[in-house]
Amino acid sequence: MALSAEQSSRLAGLLTRHEEQVTQRWTEAIAGSMRGRLSQAELRRQVQDLHRGMIVASEQGVIDLDSEQASELRAVLSELSRGRARQGFSATETAVSVFALKDVLLDLMEDQSDGGALRDYVAFAALVDQMGLFTFESYVRTRESLIADQAEQLLELSTPVVKLWEGVVAVPLVGTLDSARAQVVMERLLQTLVDTGSPYAIIDITGVPAVDTQVAQHILKTVVAARLMGADCIISGIRPQIAQTIVALGIEFGDIATKASLADALRHVLRLSGVETGRRQHRREA
Amino acid sequence: MTTGVDLGQPQAQAIRSDEDVVRVRQLVRTVAVAVKLSLVDQTKVVTAASELARNTLVYGGGGTVEVSTADNGRRKGVRIVFADTGPGIADLDLALTDGYTTGGGLGLGLSGARRLVDEFDIRTAVGEGTRITVTKWSR
Repeated sequence: MALSAEQSSRLAGLLTRHEEQVTQRWTEAIAGSMRGRLSQAELRRQVQDLHRGMIVASEQGVIDLDSEQASELRAVLSELSRGRARQGFSATETAVSVFALKDVLLDLMEDQSDGGALRDYVAFAALVDQMGLFTFESYVRTRESLIADQAEQLLELSTPVVKLWEGVVAVPLVGTLDSARAQVVMERLLQTLVDTGSPYAIIDITGVPAVDTQVAQHILKTVVAARLMGADCIISGIRPQIAQTIVALGIEFGDIATKASLADALRHVLRLSGVETGRRQHRREA
Repeated sequence: MTTGVDLGQPQAQAIRSDEDVVRVRQLVRTVAVAVKLSLVDQTKVVTAASELARNTLVYGGGGTVEVSTADNGRRKGVRIVFADTGPGIADLDLALTDGYTTGGGLGLGLSGARRLVDEFDIRTAVGEGTRITVTKWSR
């Protein structure tokens, strides 16, 4: 239900006339639901911002929250819900901050007993409802972007490139290798190859639960890219069930060296690069 | 994870994004473990499901999957039905040829998935969509 121009100006009047009372009661109502997790001063400032935003909007004759006159009010509301979402308040606690205004308005208008006041209150309450829903939606958007940020951080963390030996770097892959991760892995690996001047790279897939054609294709592309840069790639961590699945799928790894374990791969590389490995030394001594 | 899955009921899941493909894999693995498939067979059926779910997403434009347990009296198994209402497959023999792809992949997804499962049934009509039913039995 939209506000009429007269209702809007009556709302502006009401909020302006009772400024102190509105902010005081509104702050108190919110403080009750926050149980002391926000300081009184902080709450008061937020309420004053909201109050000012509502006055500005209603003085310009706001009809509903989607209208142009409410743009500043919307900004204040998004700011509020962003802050709440980041501080870890629930969606309900955030929306209640706005809905609390209804009680305050009811208190102010109770002594007016004519039918017009009732209609006004219903219209005001509808605006507050819109504000509450808007807060809710911005809250969800903020949380979604927080989750996206975290997923990105996880992506960064979950793809380390480690130096195993002089001239040997390894990428232990864990979990699902989707296109985004494959891209990060390839970039990291190629950059590390340049930075360390390593001629060998080991891609370990022990932690990849299933190797399907997409995963295989990502690995193959990474190997080809590393070869173009003059580095040899070995794929390790191919468990029996993965080997059988790869065969059934018909994936060919061609002349790419593959090993069952990371240790085998490292031994293979060290032999290629002429480093004496423990097993050989042992045999010679015997 | 997918704990608390009621295995008596077929589990339905939409395939709309890459994350859904991951969920399909987890769901299939849960059911495969529950019907006591061997580790190799679990991996095979999960991989087949991964291929077919991705096909549903990439070529079918998204769709649904239904995972259920199967029982033929002697053995138990996992049955998975992929359905989409996409463009369908015009030349099924060609699509099932190793190395044939229209999407830049390896061209082994559909043909490979068929080799990974025990029963493979595909129904498709151009303009109407594709429905693939696969079953993997325990040994």
